[in-house]
Amino acid sequence: MTSEPSPPIRSYRPGPVAVTLAVLTAAFLLAPLIAVVPISLTPNRFLSMPNGHLSLRHYATLVTDPAWRDATLVSLRIALASSTLAVALATLFGLGLWLLRPRGAPVLIGFVLLPMVVPPVVSAMVLYFLLTGMSQFQTMIGFDTEAGVVLAHTVLNVPAAVVMVLVALAGIDRRIDLAARSFGASLGQRAFLVILPNIRFALGGIWVMCFVQSWDETAVTLFITSIHAVTLPRLMWMGLRDNIDPAVAAASVVLTLLTTAVLVGRILWRRRSAAD
Amino acid sequence: MSTALKAAPGRLQRALLIAPLPLLLVLAYVIPFLGVARWSVTLPRFGFDHYGALVSDALVISVFVRTTRICLVVTAIAVTLAYIMAYVWVRGTPRQRLAMEFCVLVPFWISVLTRAFGWVALLANRGLINSWGQSLGLFDQPLALVHNEFGVIVGMTHYLVSVAVLPLASSMRRVDDRVLMAARGLGASRLRTFWSVFLPMTQAGIIGATLLVLVFALGFFITPAVLGGGRAVMVAELVYVRIFQSPDWGLAAAISVAMVVVVGGLLALFVRFAKPKDLVG
Repeated sequence: MTSEPSPPIRSYRPGPVAVTLAVLTAAFLLAPLIAVVPISLTPNRFLSMPNGHLSLRHYATLVTDPAWRDATLVSLRIALASSTLAVALATLFGLGLWLLRPRGAPVLIGFVLLPMVVPPVVSAMVLYFLLTGMSQFQTMIGFDTEAGVVLAHTVLNVPAAVVMVLVALAGIDRRIDLAARSFGASLGQRAFLVILPNIRFALGGIWVMCFVQSWDETAVTLFITSIHAVTLPRLMWMGLRDNIDPAVAAASVVLTLLTTAVLVGRILWRRRSAAD
Repeated sequence: MSTALKAAPGRLQRALLIAPLPLLLVLAYVIPFLGVARWSVTLPRFGFDHYGALVSDALVISVFVRTTRICLVVTAIAVTLAYIMAYVWVRGTPRQRLAMEFCVLVPFWISVLTRAFGWVALLANRGLINSWGQSLGLFDQPLALVHNEFGVIVGMTHYLVSVAVLPLASSMRRVDDRVLMAARGLGASRLRTFWSVFLPMTQAGIIGATLLVLVFALGFFITPAVLGGGRAVMVAELVYVRIFQSPDWGLAAAISVAMVVVVGGLLALFVRFAKPKDLVG
């Protein structure tokens, strides 16, 4: 802090032009999130601006209408199950690669990342094929069932989870494992008593990310559900397509507030731990 | 020695750890994909008619042309805007950084559907812009801002800016301050330093972001469907329509296979030119 040449450093800060353009872009990014608020307060039954008085009737709909309540529960159940499955599978896979270092690791990693790089609509076709096929000989896991959506979301969630598990594992000091090994720990003990406790916070974060992805997933869900497994995004989609229902605006506001709260919490948490 | 035995885990243990995930993906992804590929040459009868239609059917071609046009326009705008944001995010004052982080990450984590709906709320005939414009007397008739290509471009750009910011920001973090100081010290103006030093040094990030955004844009479904209102159908929505509304599963399957080929090509370019390892972290 003594003789830092502050003028040259400062000259590499963005200039007024860059800052102005960035602020305009930021406004563009936030505009649609804010625009939903007045629409959600309209007293009318159709999409419109409230002129004069405001109403909370569309928020009341979210609570009182069983369709919204049921869809929320369906989405919660699916997101819980699929994020847990995805994290479990990705963790096993990552642990296996980290501990055993097989020769074909890059190929295997490339393979499990496939569902992430394939366009969502193609994944949707693929999973539609899978689930309608499975529906032909049993009714548990198939087209338009919750278990079917769980399977689909697990497949879609797994690649990002694998990437993040591998990043978390890369941060572990291999000497910890070496020590455990030289004391005679078995593979299972090394994996579950030595490595996993070291990445438990990262795993929690990955689980939350998978949960949010499943909770939001729309494109594939539209292909593999119809009238029985109606998730929240599917219900919003139906309310958007025909005659736009302002309850969708109210739901959007609630979801946006939730996301913002989580993110602001995370940013503040990171700043506090960085300051410590 | 038992230690030596345990140090070399048996095949079964290896298989139990590594195998479940690839196995699941073979069963639930690869085999069904082959099934979709088979649909493309067997429904309704065996032959390559659907692949012929991809290059001859007027409707399909018009959708391809529109998809390409929208993707190129959206990619150009989104990468430019994202570059500016990433620049301020990486090189700004702490306060500016925090503001940019917030403005990039919040939209990034909000669902496509919510964002598309937000644009409907802004752009619709009875939406914010038209209500205000008319009450201020700027125009009499509501402007047609949505349910056309314009709406789709706005909505997709909005989504893709936050996608492009992340690789751009990580390539900018790699630029060494001392190089910029050297350029300034040798008499280059701010603009010259940016144009001849900073911009070329972030080239890998620009290429990476461009290809990433293109790959994302090609497969867009929800945003064009909501904001295009059926009047700006892109290729993903065409697949949906051909499955659920005017069924032609064979054609939908052929389009899916073609998309995989195109995206595979773009990703090969990505690996070749963008040096993905440089963009991680």
